[in-house]
Amino acid sequence: MIGTVDPTIFNLIVFVLAIFVGYHVIWNVTPALHTPLMSVTNAISSVIIVGAILAAGPSEIDFGSVAGVVAVALASINVAGGFLVTYRMLEMFKKKAPKAKAASTGKAA
Amino acid sequence: MTANQVALWYLVASICFILALKGLSHPETARRGNYFGMAGMAVAVLTTIAIVAKGRLDLILLAMVIGGMIGAFVARRVEMTQMPELVAAMHSLVGLAAVLIAFSAVNNPTAFGVADPLPTGNKLELFIGTFVGAITFSGSIIAFGKLAGLGKNFRLFSSAPVTYAGQHAVNLVLALVMVGFGAAFFMAEGKDWTSFLIMTAIAFLLGVLIIIPIGGADMPVVISMLNSYSGWAAAGIGFSLNNTLLIIAGSLVGSSGAILSCVMCRAMNRSFISVILGGFGAAEGAAPAGTGQKSVRSGSADDAAFLLSNAESVVIVPGYGLAVARAQHAVAEITEKLIAKGVNVRYAIHPVAGRMPGHMNVLLAEAEVPYDQVFEMDDINSDLTNTDVVLVLGANDVVNPLAYEKGSQIYGMPILDVHKARTVLVNKRSMAVGYAGLDNPLFYMDKTMMVFGDAKKVVEDMVKAL
Repeated sequence: MIGTVDPTIFNLIVFVLAIFVGYHVIWNVTPALHTPLMSVTNAISSVIIVGAILAAGPSEIDFGSVAGVVAVALASINVAGGFLVTYRMLEMFKKKAPKAKAASTGKAA
Repeated sequence: MTANQVALWYLVASICFILALKGLSHPETARRGNYFGMAGMAVAVLTTIAIVAKGRLDLILLAMVIGGMIGAFVARRVEMTQMPELVAAMHSLVGLAAVLIAFSAVNNPTAFGVADPLPTGNKLELFIGTFVGAITFSGSIIAFGKLAGLGKNFRLFSSAPVTYAGQHAVNLVLALVMVGFGAAFFMAEGKDWTSFLIMTAIAFLLGVLIIIPIGGADMPVVISMLNSYSGWAAAGIGFSLNNTLLIIAGSLVGSSGAILSCVMCRAMNRSFISVILGGFGAAEGAAPAGTGQKSVRSGSADDAAFLLSNAESVVIVPGYGLAVARAQHAVAEITEKLIAKGVNVRYAIHPVAGRMPGHMNVLLAEAEVPYDQVFEMDDINSDLTNTDVVLVLGANDVVNPLAYEKGSQIYGMPILDVHKARTVLVNKRSMAVGYAGLDNPLFYMDKTMMVFGDAKKVVEDMVKAL
């Protein structure tokens, strides 16, 4: 090896591997849960809040840090909204178990 | 916190996100997955806050509290029928946040630990992240408007495609101009704000222009595509800030959205390009010519209830009409009644039923229909032949047997083989054609009985009659 790896190349390696992981994980998602998948990926993509916090970080207030604060607020809406609405939906998919039993016993009777 | 520690915490967060997606392979593991997602986000946010601990934490925390409260409020209040709009709105926020971060990064790269002015490589990535973010933002706003039915007030939000001559040429020219200014920004020494701002403005405009020609029923593809874009925007920003967490999370979301778009396109037997170019089904809602000759058998809700109660097996096919009428609870009720009578009731879901992937499944789950009664198209299609009664509620193109006829517009589209069942009950508001603008021979078959009216009203009447 001659010298160190350029950060961009390093980023590219991470990027390509992450796409592979994403590809294989997503194909295993059951179609019934595609809507929760969208809302949870929405929440996950708002991890961009990390960039927003860094942007808002500097002590002196200027155009850049104000933009950062606004971005933090926007991304927070998504973080909270995305995970909570996914939670709400998945709870609905859960309630089925006792219901299913009730239905099958009802049928037997 | 050292850079290495930060990187390791980001690795923890990334793994949590992967587990969050992995959990969705089954409804039982999905909730745990969601907790992993929340944990990953908490790790990511806390780690980042530790980095800026000496800065202006007060404003950051205030913004997080305000944003979090709005998000939580919306998430609690939103109706399941409104999920497509909510998801579109949330995509737009990610896009806008990406653009704002990009502005901040051009302004003061040192805040992100990047050299000031931005190195050339980072500028290129920033440019990509910015325009993808901007397109995601404005495109999602349009998608939101279309899904929320705001077309009456504002024509850009019309759910029918908005088309004009030379549309694609205009978009292409704009895209090239945008890339040109991006290149200028990329090559310039220091901070070329002019090029950067013009590029961003064009990207906002492009987002609007590329979504308006896409019609209502293609929304599942559009919304998945915007989902994908929001991920790529995050990844692009991650590249320019050398932030592995953003790259990983962005790529996961990007590939998720891309796969969903692919699944939706396959389910319509259309290429991604043809969906994106739009203009499909411009004649939506218009009555087909020459229906007068063919006769339709129509019946009342009571007749339908009679047929249903005498059947041994019933398959219910929900479509967008069910969501519009918010009839999911009434449908669950009729299912319970039929099951109590010993009828075998199942649901058949076409992948593109509704306005977003998995839309129908969520509506049925909301109405407490057990998920083991709900079947995907491929799993139930072969059973439809042996089904006594199929009840089609507000679905049209996904049960159109023209898909088997060579030369028809939807030839080759995988459909639910409802026409093979012994009796078919179709509930629609009118004889208007579906999104594809095609007449549906299913409606004229001898074994078909049409029950006209609002899905909720009709199903409630059936429940009463049972």
